[in-house]
Amino acid sequence: MAPIAFRTAVRDALDEELAADERVIFFGEDVGLAGGVFATTTGLYEKYGAERVFDTPISELALAGAAFGSAVNGLRPVIEIMFGDFLTLAMDMLVNQASKYWFLTQEQISVPLVIRSVVGAGGRFGAIHSQMPASWFMGVPGLKIVAPSTPADAKALLKAAVRDDNPVLFFEHKRLYGLEGEANGEVGRLGEAAVLRDGSDVTLVTAMKGVHDALEAAERLEQDQISVEVIDLRTLRPIDTETVLASVRKTSRLVVVEEGPLTGGWGGEVLARITEQGLGYLDDAWRLATPNTPIPYSPPLEDAFLPGPEQIVSDIRRRLR
Amino acid sequence: MSETSTRVLDDLELYGVIYRQMLLIRGFEDLVQSLFLKGEVYGTTHLYSGQEAVATGVASLLEGRDRVAATYRGHGHALALGVDPQALLDEMLGRATGVNGGRAGSMNVTSPADRLIGSFGIVGGSIAAATGAALALKRTTGGIGVAYFGDGAMNQGYVFECLNFAQVLKLPLLLVCENNRYGEYTPFEAVTAGEIRGRPESMGVPAETVDGMSVWTVRAAAARAIAHVRAGNGPAFVEALTYRYVGHSRSDPGAYRPEGELAEWRARDPIVLLRTQLEDEGFAGSALAAVEQEVSDQLEQMRERGLAAPFPSGLTATEFKD
Ligand SMILES: Cc1ncc(C[n+]2csc(CCOP(=O)(O)OP(=O)(O)O)c2C)c(N)n1
Ligand SMILES: [Mg+2]
Repeated sequence: MAPIAFRTAVRDALDEELAADERVIFFGEDVGLAGGVFATTTGLYEKYGAERVFDTPISELALAGAAFGSAVNGLRPVIEIMFGDFLTLAMDMLVNQASKYWFLTQEQISVPLVIRSVVGAGGRFGAIHSQMPASWFMGVPGLKIVAPSTPADAKALLKAAVRDDNPVLFFEHKRLYGLEGEANGEVGRLGEAAVLRDGSDVTLVTAMKGVHDALEAAERLEQDQISVEVIDLRTLRPIDTETVLASVRKTSRLVVVEEGPLTGGWGGEVLARITEQGLGYLDDAWRLATPNTPIPYSPPLEDAFLPGPEQIVSDIRRRLR
Repeated sequence: MSETSTRVLDDLELYGVIYRQMLLIRGFEDLVQSLFLKGEVYGTTHLYSGQEAVATGVASLLEGRDRVAATYRGHGHALALGVDPQALLDEMLGRATGVNGGRAGSMNVTSPADRLIGSFGIVGGSIAAATGAALALKRTTGGIGVAYFGDGAMNQGYVFECLNFAQVLKLPLLLVCENNRYGEYTPFEAVTAGEIRGRPESMGVPAETVDGMSVWTVRAAAARAIAHVRAGNGPAFVEALTYRYVGHSRSDPGAYRPEGELAEWRARDPIVLLRTQLEDEGFAGSALAAVEQEVSDQLEQMRERGLAAPFPSGLTATEFKD
């Protein structure tokens, strides 16, 4: 199988789901004719026509509203909110309507919608085009949050998201779009973490771009005789507590590496669950996240802001000494 | 003054200053673009080239007590308000000497001392910020709030809410829509129902659509709108028809433009239009040439100084108490 780029995996997943189910539609700003500002949806408009794939005005409220309204009336909409930072505008429909509907209708009417959005720092895009909005949505019952790290997961989990019967927020890290890897046509399973590297000294839990930093850090720590088990959460809501717990039973240490502000992040939720359910196994547990500041533009500032492999290595060394 | 031309420049000296500003903005954007291509400006930039008449025409009427909300395409708005060009360039270069110390970058510049309350990266955000500014200024300085925004922003909920909000509260708010025909890669007709002007008009907010390539036309329309606003009648709206010469942002080659469209607009270049008019009305050609030389020298100096300026220390990224 020839490797494909992360952005192609996203495109292919949409393509296959549009082909598989007439009810699937896809819309957003500059996603049709232009093929998306990150070139993630090239050719879909041409292939499926303006009835099913179309460009919208710059109207996030309408986008989210149209997704919700059409989802509860027989369609399976996928929308793109160009940058995750703009999810604030789409939030009302998502939080106050879409995520609650299944519950309030006594599980009679589902809301099969997907919101795709580009997230993450490191691109020098500044404070309002770089954020990681996961924690804004962690406290929303009824919502799933998917955060893939590889082309294979991007494809399999986006397909799963489209097939899921209730709202899914699907994050694509802008610094992963060029990453290449194999991806087949399988439909993945939401809510399952993956153990990407076995280790015995410390369990490192992360997601998205952090996965690649973690694997690199684990490689380097191996030379110090520190054995790191790396877990890619893949879905941030719901969190796969079981997989993390099983790992911590073995390693007795837990570090969560999160791109996102330390305060209120999903890392805190992982830590809370593991301490609640596995305190007896734990010798140490801590978080490495981004500082509680907005994301700065200037390269030295943004680099200092992001926890990269270097910081992960030194942090784990210091902590295990 | 030639036989055929009529006098349209109400104040020759002022238009000389505006000419310099327009040249500076154009040159600044060319410089940013070239530095971007060299990897010295990071991330993305949204250039103002082609739209200079709008920011300079409007700013020529603003007072010290007024406040302005710009967009991510805001270098021109900032320069027209008098933001130090060197500090603005240094910000693009990510330097400690930048107007926001390198924290903000191209899209998020603020300079309250120059009346610029922000450059808003959320499409439509400038409208809301200026509405709030107007609410405050009405009670404080007696100035007006000004929002710049694009044709694409007209489809944001912010427009509807703020137009109505400002009108019922009779807020001193000037709304300047820069219709450059596109929102990113999408022609505005494809995503916009009806006339832009019809929207403010439906709420009784006076609105005009004017040639945004002619700075004296922009200035005259803005003067009428501002007179309405300063008199306490609530908001007014100006739609300036203009064009951006370059892609939406750095990654856009502009494939969506119909053949010949760019050339058509360039034929009515706002800087050339003003230069011709200035000469027609008796502004010495040699004086204009001198301005051109000075601006070009200034930009070259800025480039050198900017590239020599220090970067901020990474430590300052985390030295922040929220
Ligand atoms: C709320 C929001 N949605 C989408 C974007 C992405 N975006 C940035 S500029 C732009 C086009 C805006 O067009 P227009 O208002 O006409 O201004 P122009 O860029 O042409 O000056 C879009 C869609 C954004 N910044 N904010
Ligand atoms: Mg526009």
